[in-house]
Amino acid sequence: MTAIDTDRVHVLGVRHHGPGSARAVRAALREIGPDAVLVEGPPEADVLAGMVGEAEPPVALLAHAPGAGGGAGRAAFWPFAVFSPEWQALLYAHEHGCRVRFCDLPAAHLLTLEEGAGGAPAGSGRPADPLGALAEAAGHGDPERWWEDAVEHRGGDGGAGSPFPAVAEAMAEARARLAPGPPPLHEARREARMRTVLRSALRAGHRRIAVVCGAWHAPALLDPPPASGDRELLRGLPRVKSSVTWIPWSHGRLAAGSGYRAGVRAPGWYHHLFTAPDRPVERWLVEAARRLRAEGAEVSSEHVIEGVRLAEALAALRGRPLPGLEEAADAVSSVLCEGSAERAALVHRALTVGERLGSAPTSAPAVPLQRDLEAQRRRLRLRAEAEPREIELDLREESGRARSVLLHRLRILGVHWGVPAADPVRALGTFRERWRLAWDPELSVALVEAGVWGNGIAEAAEARARELASGADLPALTSLTERCLLAGLDGVLEEVLAALSARAARGGGVGPLMAAVPPLARAARYGDVRRTGSAALRAAAGALLDRIRAGLGPALTGLGEEAAVGAAADVDAVHRAAVLLGGDAERSWLDALERLAPDPALPGLVAGRIHRLLRDAGRLDGGEAADRLALAVSPGAPPRRATAWLEGFLADGGLLLAHDPALLALVDEWLAGLDGAAFTSVLPLLRRTFGAFTAGERAEIGRRARARGAPGGAGREPEPAADPARAAAAAATAALIIRTAKERE
Amino acid sequence: MTGPDDVLRPHAEQRFAGELAALAAEDGRPRPPGWRLSPWAVSRYLLGCTLGDGTVVTPKYIGARRIVEVAVATLATDRALLLLGVPGTAKTWLSEHLAAAVSGDSTLLVQGTAGTTEEAVRYGWNYARLLSDGPSREALVPSPVMTAMAEGRPARVEELTRLPSEVQDALITVLSEKAMPVPELGTEVQARPGFTVIATANDRDRGVNEPSSALRRRFNTVVLPVPATAEEEVDIVTRRVADLGRSLGLPEVPAGLEEIRRVVTVFRELRQGATEDGRAAVASPSGTLSTAEAVSVLTHGLAMAAHFGDGVLRPSDVASGVHGAVVQDPVADGVVWREYLETVARTRPGWRDFYTACREAAG
Repeated sequence: MTAIDTDRVHVLGVRHHGPGSARAVRAALREIGPDAVLVEGPPEADVLAGMVGEAEPPVALLAHAPGAGGGAGRAAFWPFAVFSPEWQALLYAHEHGCRVRFCDLPAAHLLTLEEGAGGAPAGSGRPADPLGALAEAAGHGDPERWWEDAVEHRGGDGGAGSPFPAVAEAMAEARARLAPGPPPLHEARREARMRTVLRSALRAGHRRIAVVCGAWHAPALLDPPPASGDRELLRGLPRVKSSVTWIPWSHGRLAAGSGYRAGVRAPGWYHHLFTAPDRPVERWLVEAARRLRAEGAEVSSEHVIEGVRLAEALAALRGRPLPGLEEAADAVSSVLCEGSAERAALVHRALTVGERLGSAPTSAPAVPLQRDLEAQRRRLRLRAEAEPREIELDLREESGRARSVLLHRLRILGVHWGVPAADPVRALGTFRERWRLAWDPELSVALVEAGVWGNGIAEAAEARARELASGADLPALTSLTERCLLAGLDGVLEEVLAALSARAARGGGVGPLMAAVPPLARAARYGDVRRTGSAALRAAAGALLDRIRAGLGPALTGLGEEAAVGAAADVDAVHRAAVLLGGDAERSWLDALERLAPDPALPGLVAGRIHRLLRDAGRLDGGEAADRLALAVSPGAPPRRATAWLEGFLADGGLLLAHDPALLALVDEWLAGLDGAAFTSVLPLLRRTFGAFTAGERAEIGRRARARGAPGGAGREPEPAADPARAAAAAATAALIIRTAKERE
Repeated sequence: MTGPDDVLRPHAEQRFAGELAALAAEDGRPRPPGWRLSPWAVSRYLLGCTLGDGTVVTPKYIGARRIVEVAVATLATDRALLLLGVPGTAKTWLSEHLAAAVSGDSTLLVQGTAGTTEEAVRYGWNYARLLSDGPSREALVPSPVMTAMAEGRPARVEELTRLPSEVQDALITVLSEKAMPVPELGTEVQARPGFTVIATANDRDRGVNEPSSALRRRFNTVVLPVPATAEEEVDIVTRRVADLGRSLGLPEVPAGLEEIRRVVTVFRELRQGATEDGRAAVASPSGTLSTAEAVSVLTHGLAMAAHFGDGVLRPSDVASGVHGAVVQDPVADGVVWREYLETVARTRPGWRDFYTACREAAG
């Protein structure tokens, strides 16, 4: 077959997501004035091309094949940013009313391949970024920079004409060297398909056709083999049932880090290059300075001026005509951030990736996530009604648990169809959950937006939870742990817990750690109710406990009276958590308390509390506890500390004092030995301590103290006999409980 | 005149005179005023290359290329350069070679100490002449900075953060006005093209005289990283420990590679706040834990093993040294160190002895 008629067909070989290519494509299309545009993408999307006017990039074409038996299924994406040449081509076609045809292999076939995502399986024998390979051959690290320098700025400004013939030539050369011989089967099929679509467009009588495809493919289109070979290649391709739609995409997922093969390192920078009218480096540094000032850093205009000078000097040193992203980044970190890596990273994240979420056309077909929700709703018999109603779920039943999990997953995705009617944390101890359900039309939009996280509810919720976990602080991570547990996201739970331990290590002190442990321990316990793995939770809580133990002494000693109140409550909460965890965690926690207890630098309240916990746990016998109490309230100790010590020791009620004559004697003697002034100063505190006891306890203590003072001494008064009539009801209940427990065993 | 062979440590421009001359001969690119080489040739001198005439230029700085490029570009825009980094990251070395390559003279040096006075940055007087002849140009003793200004060369300031604040302030005028007035003589020295300042500072050395933002603004800052990989650092430490051991005349103790690797691992993990496998985070202590400190801990350990131990470097020989290096602040660092021992060292296979020795050293 003869070479292609270059008057009718214009092949625009581009760099995917290259702003330079995008600008060149826009200019070339205006010049050519085509009546048909061929773009790389699945042919199933031809009908969707007309919707680009309603969309806000970044968006992606999503092809999805439902998995067997309602599983996760397969998906392939074709993302477009505003700076993607393909997007500019689609936009041009939309604005000028010309025909769009997608000319890649059908999604129905791609989804049968092993590596579906990204539109092409890996290892197809060509470099991932052919322009990048050329740039590297020319000694440039930044392909986009090289493209700008070598392609766009070639031959001075003004009517230099289209760069595309030169690109095609360069690629023909690159193909001959980097991948000689016939292309691998998959590549060959793709190119055969492109040529087939091109031939059919020619037959359809279009006068001028523009083909926008990866530069690598340009030579294959310009010098086509006979059509019969292509037909042979494309015969009998396996297919699956699939559907294609537009979904919103984000810069973050466009970045190379997210696994998309033709991804870009710096979508924010490319967006900037494409949208900035002039002086890109100056504008970039000004924007960076603005961001840094918003974070409270002192950045003056002088910084920006010197930054631009450094970027230019660097470009000269590196032999580049103009500064690029690397030079701008060096200038930001050396001048604007004065060497601070944290601040530079902040600007880098905010600007270089430049997070931006697109919106899909409203008339696009339903996304898989919506369909998945529909399927689950039908299975769980939950109707989507606008009218609010309340439901109650029994978590011991399979269906109740499944419904709860679905609602929790939707909440993680930001689709608040159900809202817990009671505070879920308190409800968790029980087996029931109350939800208030109302389907607001806004939720459909939220669901479409959530489509960016995945195609199934579970998978999307996991991805979202992962995202939430990155960069979250300790309280946020703890709450996320609970939410993951509730949503049954076991896969992410471990990652969140790992993030939690990492955060704890970096963490500002023992205080936040102590706040984080109790919810974790609680979660580990009710994890059993929900049949989720609680081993990981226990391990994480245990690790946090290790850190608390290491830092407990310095954190508790030398606190003021007010801080001591909070610290005592924290110690209490962590103690309960340690007991819940049991085993080693509990033992080593008590060891730590035991070591710490005699420290005189502990505030009285905390010291008293610790002694009480140790005594209740059987670590201090009565005699030892009495010795410590005697020491705490001995005449050498400041009375206020002694009182605080007592308050901590007796905080759980006065029965202890009523039933331990030795302790009562110590307290009594201490109190009697105080002089007038000291007594006055401790009286309000004592009143607070004793005021918290129940009236019965107070009366009992009073009675015993009176008896001590009476002739004959303490303990002589006979115990009042039990009143069988009054005890009967309680005894019957106790017997019932014991019997039930035995039957269970 | 002493040549490079007669002195204990020749200056960079003496030792590498041949390389500099060869580079200058081949360098056809434009040179900024006052420079002996073009910026491009300076970066080649630092990064190493082979010249057209076969001269091999040895690499002076091993590490990221962009660090050298940013440093050279900074000097080319007549900005002052601040090299930040923990001890042992080759700050001084890089500063000396930069000055040598740019001007052929690395000796215009102000060493920053708590006792450095303003005379070291401005000028002093020869008091005998001052008394006999009165104030005159001859009685004035210029500082290295003043000389650098007059001759259009880079001046070096070592340990910028150790200079007292008022001495740092004197630098601000020099860097912003590029002139130094001498009111006693009614004249001034104006900087000639090529003058700039290369300063070094330790960025973990907090609490020493932190430069004011006015001064920081006059510098472009380049942070020199610690060795990128554990292998690289183990390599550096092994070589330096062997060197030091020889010069201290220590009996030959086979410097157990295992123990060196362990100390380097501990230092790296605490420094970077995560274990080497990246799976667990750890807290960082207040100390710098530089490569240089790892060397000194191991040298000390070798001495212990040689004189008091069984001649083999064992965990117990290094435990107290590691403890001392990590725990600078007894309270906060003590917590960090105990936490590290309990959460990382205790469970690591083969670290049992080390863990026990460190627990004993921690008391």
